[in-house]
Amino acid sequence: MDSALNIIVVEQDRERAMLIVDALREAGQMRIQVIGSGVGLARRVAETRPDLVLIDAGDPSRDVLEELTLAAGPMERPVAMFVDRADQGLTRAAIEAGVSAYVVGGLQPARIHPILDAAIARFHLFARMRAELAATKAALEERKVIDRAKGLLMRAKGIGEEEAYALLRKTAMDQGKRLADLAQAIVTAADLLR
Amino acid sequence: MTPVAIGYVPLVDAAPVIVAKELGFAEEEGLSLSLVKAASWSQLRDMLESGRVQAAHMLSVMPVARALGLGGGAGATEVLMVLSLGGQVIGLSAECAAQAGVGFGDPMALGAALAGQDLRLGVPFPFSMQALLLRYWLQRAAPGLQPRIVTVPPSRMAEALRAGDIDGFCVGEPWGSAAATEAGARLVLTGSQIWSQAPEKVLAVRAGQGEEAGPLMRAVWRAGRWAEAPGNRATLADILARPAYLDVAATYLEPALFGRLGAHQVPQLLTFHDGVANFPWRSQASWIGAELARSCGLPLAPAVTAARACFRSDLYRRHLGALAPMPRSSDKLEGALPAAEALPAVNGRLILACNRFFDDAVFDPEPEN
Repeated sequence: MDSALNIIVVEQDRERAMLIVDALREAGQMRIQVIGSGVGLARRVAETRPDLVLIDAGDPSRDVLEELTLAAGPMERPVAMFVDRADQGLTRAAIEAGVSAYVVGGLQPARIHPILDAAIARFHLFARMRAELAATKAALEERKVIDRAKGLLMRAKGIGEEEAYALLRKTAMDQGKRLADLAQAIVTAADLLR
Repeated sequence: MTPVAIGYVPLVDAAPVIVAKELGFAEEEGLSLSLVKAASWSQLRDMLESGRVQAAHMLSVMPVARALGLGGGAGATEVLMVLSLGGQVIGLSAECAAQAGVGFGDPMALGAALAGQDLRLGVPFPFSMQALLLRYWLQRAAPGLQPRIVTVPPSRMAEALRAGDIDGFCVGEPWGSAAATEAGARLVLTGSQIWSQAPEKVLAVRAGQGEEAGPLMRAVWRAGRWAEAPGNRATLADILARPAYLDVAATYLEPALFGRLGAHQVPQLLTFHDGVANFPWRSQASWIGAELARSCGLPLAPAVTAARACFRSDLYRRHLGALAPMPRSSDKLEGALPAAEALPAVNGRLILACNRFFDDAVFDPEPEN
């Protein structure tokens, strides 16, 4: 008997999808199919007849899968969101990592655990990457605002770049403010007064 | 300051919780409010159940579905107050609208025009007022028609329409107006034209968490009153359009906030406060429970009883009693008010808004024995 599990990973981003698939393969024998989260998702999931569906908890298409959990849904086997009462820890870990699992046909918890563990680890990595990207973007934005504030000071006071920056830093320190916040206040005020 | 996190889905009717934070109503109540955006209703429900947020801007049908054991989720959810009535719009693809040759705003004529078509209609969630209103309307206006009602994330309604995956939709604003602009959808009807007082979003908490929710409820109630005032609507559009919130063009927000769909002025399109809009009437819960029981084949009386228990009008009276007059009864005959009407209330007088179904039905909230 073929006991390899059929798993669907719903993920639009190919690169992320491949990373998830790689992580899952290490967790055991299974057939994995990746489908995008766009239009027609419910139909494609139903056609593939999976045992388990994994999806980013923040994907808007989750509500489409939710529809499959209804008794009269297009799947013959019942689908449930994975909430293992015996293992609150695993459920919480999945929520924190931002991965949702939909279990089809009452799959044994023992078979789900290793897969979900692998998925959780991978999604944690994604969350870290996302946080780093956001931090980099924010730093870049702050840089731009500080540069604009510097430029405004240089023009208004007829001073050089270094002097303008020193003035910004000193004022921020004196007022107990973040440099970026002070710069934003100057830029906003200047926009208003324009 | 007490920290409180509220989960919400970016829609026009999230206004009361957004305004509670942005305009300081929460701060006045000693709350430090943080708003957590959810990408789907399932994610919002998980956030509430896991304790990531303490309260949520939720579809009015979700807590009732949970009480009836329908759909996902594990814990019981309770409704503290209604955040909005209406706000749903119904649109058809350009081809479908042309084929039916329909006008605007006439549920009976539209139903008749659609008879015989094989329709797939998108709604944001299986347990939503959008799904219930579509069924209620089509069962009465187009008897024979058996539409397939499918779930489509609101932000993808336009895409699904263009791809031919659906022929039409019932969705909360601004996504109907977005589909009209981006996919040429014809907006043909509003939820308020099916039922002028359909409770759309509620403030929900985990069961048992409502006892201490007084400050939050007062802040959100005042925010809703602010959002209702016509003079505040332009400012409201600016706040909602911000990238942190809905992140859409303000023009997408104007139809709902100014009650104007294209050339049509629609009364009661979206209500945040007027007409005792925030009171969680047990009769509203009864209606939702009865509709769900009918469409899911559950026994009526126990479904209605379970539904009524999760609309906590008792907590609303307790926490907001000092702020506003309260109705004497927690039930009203839904659909029985063809025009606004004043009624005597505890501590004053209240004005109920026009409350009617398109077929002039009157819904009796008591479970039938």
